[in-house]
Amino acid sequence: MNEAQQAGLQIDWAGLAPMVIVFVAAFGGLLVEATVPKGRRLVVQVSLAVLALAAAFVAVVLNSDKHGTAFSIEGVGIGSVVLDGPGLFLQGTLAILSIIAVLLLAERRTTRGGDFVAEAAVVADSAADKAQRREDGATEIFPLTLFAVGGMMMFVTAGDLLTMFVALEMLSLPLYLLCGLAKRRRLISQEAALKYFLLGAFASAFYVYGMAMLFGFAGTVDLAGINQAGVDSGQPRLFLYIGVAMIAVAMLFKAAAVPFHMWTPDVYTGAPTPVTALMAACVKVAAFGGLLRVFNVGLASSAWDWHLILTVIAVATMLGGAIFAVTQRNIKRLLAYSSIANAGYLLIGVIALGEAVGQTMFYLAAYGFTVIAAFAVVSLVRDGDEEATHLARWAGLGKKSPGTAVVVTILMLALAGLPFTSGFTAKFSLFAAALQADELGLVIVGVVSSAILAFPYLKVVVLLWLNEPAPDAPTVNLPSPMAGTVVAAGVAATILLGIVPGFLLDLVDQASTFLNT
Amino acid sequence: MNELPLLSALVAVPLIGAVIVASIRRENADAARWTALGVSGAVALLTALVALGFDYSAGAPWLQFTESYTWIDAWDLNLSWGIDGIALLLVILTAGLTPIAMLAAWRDLDSVKRSVPAFFALILALEAAMLATFLASNVLLFYFFFEAMLVPMYFLIGSYGTGQKKQYAAVKFFLYNLLGGLLMLVAVIALWVDNGGVFDWQTLVDADPMAAGTLQNWLFLGFFLAFAIKAPFFPFHTWLPDAGGAAPAAAAALLVGVMDKIGTFAILRYCIPLFPDATKTFAPWVIGMSVIGVLYAAFVAIGQTDLKRLVAYTSIAHFGFIGIGIFAFTQEAATGAVLYMFNHGLATGLLFMVVGFLTIRRGSAQIADYGGAAKTLPLLAGIFLFAGLASLSLPGTAPFISEFLVLLGAFNGTFGGNEPVAVLATLGIILAAAYVIWMYQRTMQGTRNPVLDEMPGMKRDLTVREKALVAPLVIAILVFGFYPQPLIDAAQPAVDNTLLFISGSTEDLPAAEGVTNE
Repeated sequence: MNEAQQAGLQIDWAGLAPMVIVFVAAFGGLLVEATVPKGRRLVVQVSLAVLALAAAFVAVVLNSDKHGTAFSIEGVGIGSVVLDGPGLFLQGTLAILSIIAVLLLAERRTTRGGDFVAEAAVVADSAADKAQRREDGATEIFPLTLFAVGGMMMFVTAGDLLTMFVALEMLSLPLYLLCGLAKRRRLISQEAALKYFLLGAFASAFYVYGMAMLFGFAGTVDLAGINQAGVDSGQPRLFLYIGVAMIAVAMLFKAAAVPFHMWTPDVYTGAPTPVTALMAACVKVAAFGGLLRVFNVGLASSAWDWHLILTVIAVATMLGGAIFAVTQRNIKRLLAYSSIANAGYLLIGVIALGEAVGQTMFYLAAYGFTVIAAFAVVSLVRDGDEEATHLARWAGLGKKSPGTAVVVTILMLALAGLPFTSGFTAKFSLFAAALQADELGLVIVGVVSSAILAFPYLKVVVLLWLNEPAPDAPTVNLPSPMAGTVVAAGVAATILLGIVPGFLLDLVDQASTFLNT
Repeated sequence: MNELPLLSALVAVPLIGAVIVASIRRENADAARWTALGVSGAVALLTALVALGFDYSAGAPWLQFTESYTWIDAWDLNLSWGIDGIALLLVILTAGLTPIAMLAAWRDLDSVKRSVPAFFALILALEAAMLATFLASNVLLFYFFFEAMLVPMYFLIGSYGTGQKKQYAAVKFFLYNLLGGLLMLVAVIALWVDNGGVFDWQTLVDADPMAAGTLQNWLFLGFFLAFAIKAPFFPFHTWLPDAGGAAPAAAAALLVGVMDKIGTFAILRYCIPLFPDATKTFAPWVIGMSVIGVLYAAFVAIGQTDLKRLVAYTSIAHFGFIGIGIFAFTQEAATGAVLYMFNHGLATGLLFMVVGFLTIRRGSAQIADYGGAAKTLPLLAGIFLFAGLASLSLPGTAPFISEFLVLLGAFNGTFGGNEPVAVLATLGIILAAAYVIWMYQRTMQGTRNPVLDEMPGMKRDLTVREKALVAPLVIAILVFGFYPQPLIDAAQPAVDNTLLFISGSTEDLPAAEGVTNE
């Protein structure tokens, strides 16, 4: 018997396995950078990342009936890592989505040497910068991605605010760096990275301050303890208000809710498109996983205190995202604002608390697949070496590349929430859950926002099919099997979840109970 | 009752046909045309089987040929199909008009560089979605197809339409209907939450009626708004003239002839049985809207300079009549409204086809571009006049019976002070005469526009193909004008069942048919 066990600390290693696998693989990736010859690094890194994520997924599946904490002292759970239905479901979702994202990161056929440079900090357009653009892209992106994904997995299972903070930093820092690595339009990419980093740092500061407030109020950082304190703490309730507000600011920043969304369009546009896809799908899952847990487990008892302000934010997010999306002329910015509006719909699920947890998770999974495929397509439509992101350049794509245009049409109709796509099933189940929780007003705003948002999506479809192509129209690069798989998987999931969503609906239904609620 | 899954086949055949036609290569345009026509012929055949096997007696089950297959259990969303007399008439209309519309558009695409297989695949997909809305006996299933049908129609207008404003018209059509549909979605979900998770129409109808009150009123409004936009009733009509004006003639015939009927059909199928008290509460308002619609649209129609827009406005006036018929809550008026839906499909379908023949010959739908055209196109002019007169409900044509029944029922009605309504609506008939006759006079009679003599197309009267496709419509309009009894027999039992909800004596409903194929 070693010392820890004598002290009564038990660790559920199987439960921690998904994260351990991803983190070990991330460190392994760093070693690969140091040891494997340059020519073979890409293959090794991609296989390592995909295998690790697949193994993590298998580990999540093996854990699927767990309902407890990973660490416990003499049989009493301590909440730093919580293995419960929502946590495991979201870990699994993250694993699958990030496998797809990694494949997109590995795409090398559309642009020679990949979309990434090796060093983010080199002065843009300097001689050194031009030199590194001619070289093959960096393969450090894979371990960086793994660190971020590991952080996300930790974020959705963190049971106390402190662990959550560590996870937040863990997922954020690699992303700041990844945003700055775009090979084309270096300056915008660097601007995106800096903007994301500065605002992210602010958000983290808010988080820590809020955590201190909540600790002052509850005497613990454990979420269940904070919930209990919401009922019986003798401390001034002001601490609770300030704490909730600060924590919410930090998490809503990551989730891109209005008015904390300002970074989203710029960062989504500036970051390399595969990284944007990773952020739009996986970071969204992680952020909302965290929000669901904090509000359901930690703050359910004080729901009365935060309900109004969160409702206001949700309304602003749904309408703001939709209205600004209407005026966009750049497909990446359009998708960014659409992602903001979708954050608003997801906030309905957070506000509706317990009744909507499963449906919110379903929405996250469905949206993740669709949006990853959408960004993958964006990375395929190119003017020479650069992505043709200006919408006018997409005019008449249906004539020249009908296959791509069909894919985009399906994705746009799914985002607009038409029946027979995952967009409809996700919205239907989320709105139904919200109505069950008596959130009629939010649902009506959500529906109005969906109607507004349908216009920009439709604008894209009009451009594709009904407009004549320009003589120098962009080409659609034939993807390698990598990006091809991404698009195919995204579209297949979009259609399957629209037509036969039964199995996933049952799954989220079973997995919708948090520990300690 | 019936062994063959006929109703499933009615939806599946055009859907599969659409996929097959879409996969035909662009160069094989003729193969696509004939395959599509064959598929729509098969649908017509299946429809005939359903019509022959249908039980028209008064005590027959409300929904017949019922089938149900589990789809998404968690939501009570099943592939449940069933047909009543009203739906039967509209299914016959759909199955009949679709092949005719295809024939009408047979060669229209030769001059434009658009894919022929895609056009016919879209028409088949549209047919499948429209049939599915008539046949669905599950509220959410209905909603699925109600929304999904926007997609093929959107491409038909936007991609194959005519005129400068076709994209604008397509987007307006889509967004207007999507907004209505989404508001309905809220009501659909709220209904589901309120009744404890039931979407099955038969179960909902058999259950105790919903308590009257605020919730029922809001749910009614959610459903009704979507249907009023789809129909469209004044003042939700502004998308129709644009869409009808921009759509290719064949698609316009389906849009106005069939798709718009889904709105009025759904009011009868969903609003009245599910929300009877709210329906009564709002009936005076709807009737008011309808009367305004009849008069306003007729005036606007008189002022139109574009043939297709003119026909679209006449339809808005006609939907006013249907609205009056439904919400007068008398047996004559409601039966008249159902007949109106069917007959209007025939007459307006014919009118759109003839206008299509004219515009493809002249290359313009502007009334001012014609004048004295009858000289070289006597037969076409004759059919044009016939369609116009049918549309203004001349006695002896089928629409007369329905309009007469609606006005009679409205006049005799006991609900909401209906004599003034009937009198005002009758004014609409006079206005209808004005716009039809004037339209005919400006295009066909009078001084001949010299430009017409330079157009080879304007010297070519109806071709064999064109004759073949107007003939069934002309015959049907005449036959049902003199002998409407089969239509009345089909519609009456379902209308009576629906009105039982208004009188509150739902215990008299016939027993439901046992569902085949679980």
